[in-house]
Formats: sequence, C-alpha cells, structure tokens
Amino acid sequence: MIKREWIHAWLLLLPALVLLFGFTHIPAVQTFIDSFWSTPRGRRPSTFVGWDNYARMTADPVFLRVMTNNLIYAAITIPASIAISLWMALFVHRRIMGLGFLRMAYFTPTVLPLIAVANIWLFFYLPGFGLFDQIRGLFGLRPVNWIGQPSTALYSITAVTVWNQAGFFMIFFLAALQTIPENLREAAALEGTSRWTFFWRVTWPLIMPTTLFVSVNATINAFRMVDHVFVMTQGGPNNASALLLYYIYDQGFRFWDTAYAATLTVVMVVILAIIGIGQFFLLDRRVHYR
Amino acid sequence: MAMNAMTSIDEQIAIAAAGLRLEGVRKAYDTAVALDNVTIDIPAGAFTVLLGPSGCGKSTLLRLIAGLDRPTSGKILLGGNDITRKPPAERDLSMVFQSYALFPHLTVAENIIFGLRVRRVDKAERWERLNRVARMMGLDGLLDRRPNQLSGGQQQRVALARAVISERPVCLMDEPLSNLDAKLRAEMRVEIRDLQQRLGLTMVYVTHDQVEAMTMADHIVVMNQGRVEQVARPRELYAAPETTFCARFIGTPPMNLISARDLPAYRHLPEGSLVGVRPEDMIVDGEGVEAVVEGVEYLGADQLIAARIGAAKIIVRQPARTGAPDAKVRLSWPAEATHLFDADGRRLH
Ligand SMILES: Nc1ncnc2c1ncn2[C@@H]1O[C@H](COP(=O)(O)OP(=O)(O)OP(=O)(O)O)[C@@H](O)[C@H]1O
Ligand SMILES: [Mg+2]
Repeated sequence: MIKREWIHAWLLLLPALVLLFGFTHIPAVQTFIDSFWSTPRGRRPSTFVGWDNYARMTADPVFLRVMTNNLIYAAITIPASIAISLWMALFVHRRIMGLGFLRMAYFTPTVLPLIAVANIWLFFYLPGFGLFDQIRGLFGLRPVNWIGQPSTALYSITAVTVWNQAGFFMIFFLAALQTIPENLREAAALEGTSRWTFFWRVTWPLIMPTTLFVSVNATINAFRMVDHVFVMTQGGPNNASALLLYYIYDQGFRFWDTAYAATLTVVMVVILAIIGIGQFFLLDRRVHYR
Repeated sequence: MAMNAMTSIDEQIAIAAAGLRLEGVRKAYDTAVALDNVTIDIPAGAFTVLLGPSGCGKSTLLRLIAGLDRPTSGKILLGGNDITRKPPAERDLSMVFQSYALFPHLTVAENIIFGLRVRRVDKAERWERLNRVARMMGLDGLLDRRPNQLSGGQQQRVALARAVISERPVCLMDEPLSNLDAKLRAEMRVEIRDLQQRLGLTMVYVTHDQVEAMTMADHIVVMNQGRVEQVARPRELYAAPETTFCARFIGTPPMNLISARDLPAYRHLPEGSLVGVRPEDMIVDGEGVEAVVEGVEYLGADQLIAARIGAAKIIVRQPARTGAPDAKVRLSWPAEATHLFDADGRRLH
C-alpha cells in the first residue's frame, strides 16, 4: 500500500522535477564544468584547461570595466530604488485626494515591459529633441547626447532601472506600512513625536523585514535587468554602459565563446550568492520582532 | 502584587490635577452621529467612568478628549482652557489604548521611556523615573523583554507604566481590561483604582462593564446612542436611576419595569407610566399584587423567581433558603423602593 503511494507521489512530482533539473540544475552544473574547459572551435574539440579561463578573466580589461560598471549600477539602483519606493509608499499611505490614481500612476512603470520603458526613455534622452534637452533648452543650456557619450551613458541607464522598479517595490512598502497599527501613531502623537522621529524610531524598524526583502530583490535585479541596455546602448559607447550579464550574452551568443561565457556566469552566480546570503545573515538578526 | 511596597514613593509623583469640561460636543461621521450634544464635567482628581453599551460613542468621546479626532461642534475645556483645536501633544494628558499600542520592536524599558526620549528628558532622569515606575507597576524583572514575550496582564501594566511615567495630570483609558481573564481583571481593577488615588490623577475610564464602573468610579457617566443619560455616583445611580435606560442597564438582574396599568395602586398615573422595582426589593408574602410564577433559577445563596404581573415579566430575588414558591404568589415592596417613570422614560420625583 505504502509503496503504491510513494510511486504515485513520485509520478506526480515527475513533470516538475524534469523541468527543474532539465532547465535549472543540470545547466547550472554543466556551466560550472564548462568553465574549466576550452571552447570547442571547428575541428578543435574542447580540452580541460583548469583555471585558464579564470586567469584570462582577471586579465581582461573589458571584464574589469563591466564589473566596475555593474558595481556602480548596483550601488546607485539599490539605494535609490529603495529610497524612492519608500518615499512614494509613505506619500500614498494616507488619505489624500486622487489616492487611487496616484497609486496607479506610481505602479504603471512596473507594469510596462522593460523594453517598452527603454523605448520611452530613448525619446526622453534624444539629443536636442528629447524631453530632457527641451527642458534644458528652456534654461538656455546646450543639448547633451545622454546615452551616446561615455560619461553619462551608464547613469542614463541606471535612471531607467530605478524608474522601472521603484513602483514595484512601492507596493511591498505600502503593504508593510498598512500592517503598522494606527494606534501606534496615535500613542506617539500623544507624546509629541514628530513625523520624522516616528518614522525613524517606529516605522523604519517595523518595515525592516520588507526593506530586507526589497533590497535582496534590488540586488538581484542589478545583475539581472539588462533588457534596456540592448534597446538603448548595446553596452556602448566603448563598453561604458555594458553590464556583466550583457557582457556574458556578448561572449556567449555573439562571439560563441561559450567557455568564457560559462566562466563569467559562474562569477556572477557566486557574487549573487554571497550578497544574498550575506544580506540575510547580516540583517536577519536585527529584523524579526514578532 | 508589587504595588503594595509603593507607599513611600507616592509623594515623588505629585500631580496637580485639572478638571475637564465638555460643552455641547457633537461628533458626526458620514454615516452616523456618534455623539450628540454632550455636556459633562469631569472633576479634577476623580475617577470618572464612561459607561454604556457597545457603539454608544464612548471611544469617540475619549478620542475627542485626547485630540485624536476633532468634534464637529462644541468645546472641550481642560482646567478652564479651551483645548478643542489643540493637537494631542499639547493637551498634557496620557492615554492607555484598549489594545495597549505597545511598540513591538522596543523592549519594555524603551516602550515606557519612549515619550521621555522624544521630549529629550535627560538620561539620568529618564532612568530614575523608569526605575520608580517599573517598581511601582511590578515590572522590574521584565524591562528587557519585548511586548510579545509578555502576558496580557503584563502588557497591560507596561501600557499603564507608559501613561504614568509621563506624569501628566489627566489619564484616559479605553476598556483597558477587556482582554484579560476574570481573575486578572479583578486584580487590575484594584491596582488602577489604587494608582489613580495615590497619584491624584483625573481619570477618564471607558468601559461597558457595569461591575468595573460600580467598583472603580467616583462618578459614572451613563451613555446611550451618543447621548448622556445620567451622571451620578455609583450609589446614586443604583438607588435613583434618572431614566429607564439607566434602570435597566445597571444591576443584574436589571430592575423590573411594570406598566402602571397592571398595578391597581398606580392606575391614577398618566398613560404609559412605568413602575420600577429592583428584584431584591420585592417581597413574596400573603399580600400585594398577584403574580404567576414561571420558573425558578437557583444561584446558591439566592434564587431568582421569574414571574408575570399582567403582561410584564419580572424577576424576584430572594434568599434560596426560602424554598420553592407556589404557582401563584402575591408580591409587595416598600414604598421607598418604588421608582416611577413617565411615558418618555424619565424619572418622576
Ligand atoms: N470612523 C467612523 N466612521 C463612521 N462611523 C463611526 C466611526 N467611528 C465610530 N463610528 C460610529 O460611531 C458610533 C460610536 O462608536 P464608538 O467607537 O465611540 O463606540 P463605543 O461606545 O466605543 O463602542 P464599543 O464599546 O463597542 O467600543 C458607532 O455607531 C460607530 O459605528
Ligand atoms: Mg470603544
């Protein structure tokens, strides 16, 4: 009897397991293995090269460039998205006119696919005619080629990401704010607590679990969201706006250097794992009260 | 509890109490009128209980006094000053919320001194006051815990401590004991009453439990559907209810109200008048009005006899040793135990 149940259980699990192993676990392990082998070219088969791919990577100036870019990109998008989404959530977490419209307006950028968002921003950034240059024109400033010059390309892309994901994170903060009982605010008001003090002494600690969740997501997104790079800059000019995942794509599917792409992928996974685990362990202790 | 050892530190928290006055206060929501023309005096240094059934506007009234809501019209005075438009922080009062409103991420100590920190009371004084209040409330060993590590009664005392440490002359409490079990509730009743008297606080205490009201109050404000029915001391309220609502609301079982038409001695009263008699004032003996006995409820020391006089159902309370009554009895009561009400439910004097 029991054996039959087990067989049924495994049969029911099978489709999910096949998909999970076939498309996630096996490729991951394969990628790890591939990073120690050379790329097969023409008649030259793949050979075991040990750490060669990794050595090549550390000496690769483009890799260092994209890593730096990605770190800058993460260092801006993570705190900026959190700050802006929290600010928006605080703003719409009260009774004001047109509340429903405001909440929807803040959420809209998230509903749009990143590709569409990128196209909208492409127009904003258009030299001379774009929204930003038109505004600059009002003040008599000269046009800027926002995404076409190395000094601003990365930051232009960064802004798009923040705009795109802040509305999404706002929903989480809004939900968290709504779990804070109203009478805490009232109790604090009786003591003469200012809004500012109340935020830092009560609201901020109480929404910490959400902040952690959002920051983990923002971190993952910082290494994962590259759609707009394809649409807006293709990593240019001169790799100024290339991010790690974009570089992996370039190596793997434009130059077909699959071994090197595998190596870069392993590095990216390791980075994400370290950050993710670190965030949980570091913040976890200070986060849970209930 | 730890409150007994306290007498020595009472003098250190000497509070100059102030009285409250509400004048023609009205509070209307979109869907309902919660308070209508409420005018009451809440004397300084006294324990005033707001008593009434659910939804009668007790919490609304308390929140208006605290400044958490604004009245639609009317004035609120504290110690003679108009505070109707003042924000909560400037009203110099403390409040204990029904749900305690403790900060879940702060320890007991941090919860208690929250207000002092906000107001930048210096650290040495903060700790001194904390120690004093913690000892008074029996919270000594619990200062490092978080609220979720406390029992209901302990949380209650933290909420009280937070109100007491602010050393404000007026304290508002909204059904603070409603979450506690019967035994703890009885203990806390004594503790709160004790505290109020020792500190000389002006206390406004909301409850819908008449036992709480009767045992704790100096004055009871009976409310019904947003209106004040009567303001009286507990004994007066029981002895001379101003309205039929008060008569029925206070006392278990409640006062018997019998239509004057059913009682030969009161037929001369105008149409619709009611004669009220407390169950314990009724005497079963050979004379008086005839009543048909419908049942007996045995309570140990006493028994309750359910009977009917004409159309009116009544309850008679008598010592259980009297034994079971006959199917038909005659009831009488002393003249001074009779309460007369007119057709509008007002007391006739
Ligand atoms: N925000 C509100 N909007 C509309 N009506 C309200 C609001 N708050 C209270 N009321 C109404 O006002 C009346 C009084 O409410 P209140 O909370 O003061 O009652 P209460 O006496 O405290 O009752 P309870 O003993 O159940 O706590 C109720 O009829 C309630 O429905
Ligand atoms: Mg209430």
